[in-house]
Amino acid sequence: MAMQPFLDISDVTVAFGRSRVPVLNGIDLKVARGEYVSVIGHSGCGKSTLLNVVAGLLPASGGGVVLDGKEVSDPGPDRAVVFQNHSLLPWLTCYENIRLAVDQTLSKSLSRAERHEWTMENLALVRMTHAKDRRPNEISGGMKQRIGIGRALAMKPKVLLLDEPFGALDALTRAHLQDQVMAIHAELGTTVMMITHDVDEAVLLSDRIVMLTNGPNARIGEILEVGLARPRDRLALVADPRFIAARAAVLEFLHHRHAAPGLAAA
Amino acid sequence: MNATVQTPVAAPPSVTRPAPSSMPALTLGARLRPYAERVLPPLAVVLALMGLWEVVASGPGATLPPPSKVWADAHDLIVDPFFDRGGLDKGLFWHLLASLQRVAVGFALSAVIGIAVGLLIGTSKLAMRGLDPIFQVLRTVPPLAWLPLSLAAFREAQPSAIFVIFITSVWPIIINTAVGVRNVPADYRNVAAVIRLRGPAYWWRIILPAAAPYIFTGLRIGVGLSWLAIIAAEMLIGGVGIGFFIWDAWNSSNLSDIIVALAYVGLVGFALDRLMALAGHLVTRGTATV
Repeated sequence: MAMQPFLDISDVTVAFGRSRVPVLNGIDLKVARGEYVSVIGHSGCGKSTLLNVVAGLLPASGGGVVLDGKEVSDPGPDRAVVFQNHSLLPWLTCYENIRLAVDQTLSKSLSRAERHEWTMENLALVRMTHAKDRRPNEISGGMKQRIGIGRALAMKPKVLLLDEPFGALDALTRAHLQDQVMAIHAELGTTVMMITHDVDEAVLLSDRIVMLTNGPNARIGEILEVGLARPRDRLALVADPRFIAARAAVLEFLHHRHAAPGLAAA
Repeated sequence: MNATVQTPVAAPPSVTRPAPSSMPALTLGARLRPYAERVLPPLAVVLALMGLWEVVASGPGATLPPPSKVWADAHDLIVDPFFDRGGLDKGLFWHLLASLQRVAVGFALSAVIGIAVGLLIGTSKLAMRGLDPIFQVLRTVPPLAWLPLSLAAFREAQPSAIFVIFITSVWPIIINTAVGVRNVPADYRNVAAVIRLRGPAYWWRIILPAAAPYIFTGLRIGVGLSWLAIIAAEMLIGGVGIGFFIWDAWNSSNLSDIIVALAYVGLVGFALDRLMALAGHLVTRGTATV
């Protein structure tokens, strides 16, 4: 049992409907406890499909996912998802959005007062205590995503699944949030699987970068170990030769060997 | 944070701040302005239309009374809506109250049944396939066409009128609720799945609030149709009620009374619509537009 990986994605294949060509084909990935893994690839290669299979939102046509010794069969709070478009419930305040998840997932282990404390603690973790009584349409995109992350972490997940969490944000907000996620990862030691199409983001945040080939029939093309020490500082890394090399390796994979099919034809 | 707003010790504070004396002079006019901008134009239009009406209806061949004659004829009706001389000789308030009571019962019935059926056909494809074509046909039947059938079935005026209100207003509620349920974003369903929200809690905490803006649109259309239907139905069934009041006034050639009653009907209909919009705004916590 000790040798078993924390999150074990084995031979996952996903095909939709009667299509003979699968979207994802034979994805094999083992993630250790506390590891930060990014999945990168061109649009439409099935990155999000892979995340949805791990989340249990989408059944795999073949293969399976085992998390901490248990097979994944349906969605659950042990695999909390931060959705690309935040997915906060607009009729609830920031506090209530997190509280709903806390009440729903931790009501057996925590008393009412403890659930309130835990909700406040997670608001503080993503630095949103000041806006706890605001509704999602009253706060900025970056703040919404922070609440989304706070909500996911409040479920005490075994693995945090991030589906292009910073994709819709401007560059400055994105950098700010990346730093916060790094800090939270360092503090809590959460296992993270992140979908992204941003090379810098993948290199900055990850321990390993999983590169998918173009879909359909996408496979794992290459896995890059990012050997950068933590904590990482984005300013210092800009000139770091290991950062530059890792970045170059991912760019080389995405733009040379596996260029986007639509763009290559044009 | 405090460090950033430090000012040099030597600098006098009056230099960095605007003179406070200019503030109050601006506020009074500026505060009233938005209200004036909203109230004055419709008021001006109403006055202009009244003036036009007065001129047109004062001619020798005029068939309808001008505003001045309406005021003279129906003065009692306008200033005292609360008198009650027994029988049908009551102030407009009592007639409106009787009509509103019928609407309240009929509309409450159609709201409950409409939302329930809407939730059903919004969730179940089978129910939608079975019921939707029938609803699409039935909803085009005009309210008054139901009245003879409903009188035959209930053999009494009151339940017949309530049934007509129900059958008129239930369709938009059903259809909007169903559309609302079908349009609940997949993201919300995914969130519910991840936190394992199921059964009644899923309906209560995700589906209903997410569909609430649509439901309230249906309720708002429904309450408007109820009001249209009750006036027409009351003209035929008689008794106390604003619809019969209008019909009664026509039979006794009190055109001025009819005009006053129409103004009241319009204002009450407007109030009902705004009330429903306000309820929607409060219940959906601002996610429904007013």
